[in-house]
Amino acid sequence: MTSASNQDSTPRTLLDKLWERHVVVPESAHEPAVLAIDLHLVHEVTSPAAFSRLRQRGAKVRRPDRTIATLDHSTPTTPVAKSSHGEFVNVFPVIEDADAARQVDTLRHNCKEFGIRLLDFDSQQRGIVHVIGPELGLSQPGMTVVCGDSHTSTHGAFGSLAFGIGTTEVSHVLATQCLLQRKPKSYAADFSGQLSPGVSAKDLMLFFISQIGIDGATRHAIEYRGPAITAFGMEDRMTICNMSIEAGARAGMIAPDETTFAYVKGRPHAPSGAFWDSAVTNWKRLTSDPDVTFDRSAQFDASQIAPMITWGTNPAMAMPAGGRVPQPQDDSWRRALEYMGFTAGQRISDHHVDVVFLGSCTNGRLSDLQAAAQVIEGRRLANDVRMLVVPGSQEVKLQAESRGLDRIFKSAGAEWREPGCSMCIAMNGDRVQAGQLAVSTSNRNFEGRQGRGSRTLLASPITAAAAAVTGRVIDPRDLAVDGVASVAV
Amino acid sequence: MNSQHAIIESRAIHLPQTDIDTDQIIPGRFLTTVSDSGFGEMAFADWRFSSTGQRREGTPFDALRDGDISILVAGHNFGCGSSREHAVWALRDLGIHVVISSRIADIFTSNALKNGLAPIVVSREFYQHLTEHPTDLITIDLQALQLNSAGRTERFSLDAFSQRMLVEGRDQLDHLLSYEPAISDYESRGGATPWTR
Repeated sequence: MTSASNQDSTPRTLLDKLWERHVVVPESAHEPAVLAIDLHLVHEVTSPAAFSRLRQRGAKVRRPDRTIATLDHSTPTTPVAKSSHGEFVNVFPVIEDADAARQVDTLRHNCKEFGIRLLDFDSQQRGIVHVIGPELGLSQPGMTVVCGDSHTSTHGAFGSLAFGIGTTEVSHVLATQCLLQRKPKSYAADFSGQLSPGVSAKDLMLFFISQIGIDGATRHAIEYRGPAITAFGMEDRMTICNMSIEAGARAGMIAPDETTFAYVKGRPHAPSGAFWDSAVTNWKRLTSDPDVTFDRSAQFDASQIAPMITWGTNPAMAMPAGGRVPQPQDDSWRRALEYMGFTAGQRISDHHVDVVFLGSCTNGRLSDLQAAAQVIEGRRLANDVRMLVVPGSQEVKLQAESRGLDRIFKSAGAEWREPGCSMCIAMNGDRVQAGQLAVSTSNRNFEGRQGRGSRTLLASPITAAAAAVTGRVIDPRDLAVDGVASVAV
Repeated sequence: MNSQHAIIESRAIHLPQTDIDTDQIIPGRFLTTVSDSGFGEMAFADWRFSSTGQRREGTPFDALRDGDISILVAGHNFGCGSSREHAVWALRDLGIHVVISSRIADIFTSNALKNGLAPIVVSREFYQHLTEHPTDLITIDLQALQLNSAGRTERFSLDAFSQRMLVEGRDQLDHLLSYEPAISDYESRGGATPWTR
């Protein structure tokens, strides 16, 4: 018993606590741990081959009750003809791309055969997998959450261990509700101070990734801490955890607190009654112990962070939106500048923006749309700018419409579309044309990510909205009341 | 699941770029499929083919025509980005059995190990040595965890489980299913989220 009490007194990280709760078989030098999974989110792109493998083996889905599927990646976001403002319209769109249509039908068929609930086009709960998990109260503190999608780290915002997996692992979870895993190392990212007005969670993450690098957290799970983090609402926390993978991290997480509990409470899948009270008691233990040591740590002052913009071809290649393109430090920077058509020393505001994309699992939630709408309201899109506004889910769309946001966007000249991943991954027909410059609230600016030859600048919803109305990338704090940038460009 | 011979010997394709992401390995537009094979022509499609589908001359992939090449030597932080296993399938369908880099991204590594593709991480010095001898044969011994090329030998690490899975070509799902009693026991104890019941 002595060893057990010693173990109890050993300070532990949030990661340690989450890990210990889910160990079915501990890891050893010879074998990885068998780790239990609480929630498995499924979508049409990374699941078909996994279901095929189950079928080949004659295997069942072990826990259909802990598995939920939706359609988001390859689905059209074209506005439905009879769309009515603020009201859900049950329309199954015609999917013109035959391969995408087959993928969608395959998921329908698989869900029916294996007894999995699918949030299809007739569901008011359909949306991007990382938007609906939290929205429905499926993502809860203390859980392990996986999905065949690298941005599964989003759900770590609730104090869960959430990470992306490949298709083979999707089949493992379907068949066993477990995964073979080695425990990640722990990484504390502490943010003191508070963000300035006009600076958002997205800017904080672009800043953070630019500081630690695109592989800065490989093999680590990041815990974001400090007053700048705890001041965020849940949607901003999701933006933070979402982009952990862009620093190479296995996962990102934030300890649950009253903000978290208030968000979860009352949602369709949240515990209720006496279950709620015992859940909260349990969740309150999910913090890193005060004197615990992390494998790595880094400290930043949030008050020093400016609105950010990427200038290159990965999310670490970022700078203040009002700054100048940096001098290349190595070949990869030179190649990135060449691809982007930028010259070191110039302002990005020298270039006309062709497309603005507001949406994605990073920034497609109600607060993101509200922040952008505040900038857009009473203004018009600049000449030759196309703006797509793609709500992250049906729920976000309806909430936004009930607040009149759709009218603000539409009267400015933007497109108000149906929910989906859309231009973030550009596999549904929504894409940026070759050579076009896009300011995007999504998470990746890789070469060709938004369409072959597309050039992507990652930004916050506020910076993207400022770009939409000026046709230029500016520090949105410099946007004067008359809609003209007050800085010399 | 492909089994992997313990000894692999081949020349390599060299892609010196750092941070090659999975969107480069297989662009998103090829992901509207329900299959897990037939991705060879889509591997590095935008690097190998023009926008009109013409094969580009003078790319590192020209070496594929000169015979069997099963090794890719790539710059630091290979395979970052998305979790798409299609990236591994595409390399496998191109005939690649080994990726060597000074760092390989986590999810890519995990996916590679489930498809008989060996992700081998070497020191920056040895990576440099390989790039200085781009046409030399590379010999990899997965049993001895040793890599040899142009007169130098490098030891690399691979955890015992991954090594066994690669060399024996075993399916990890079989291994996981062998723990069924432990999984049932864990579930019967209420799991980690008793409040969800």
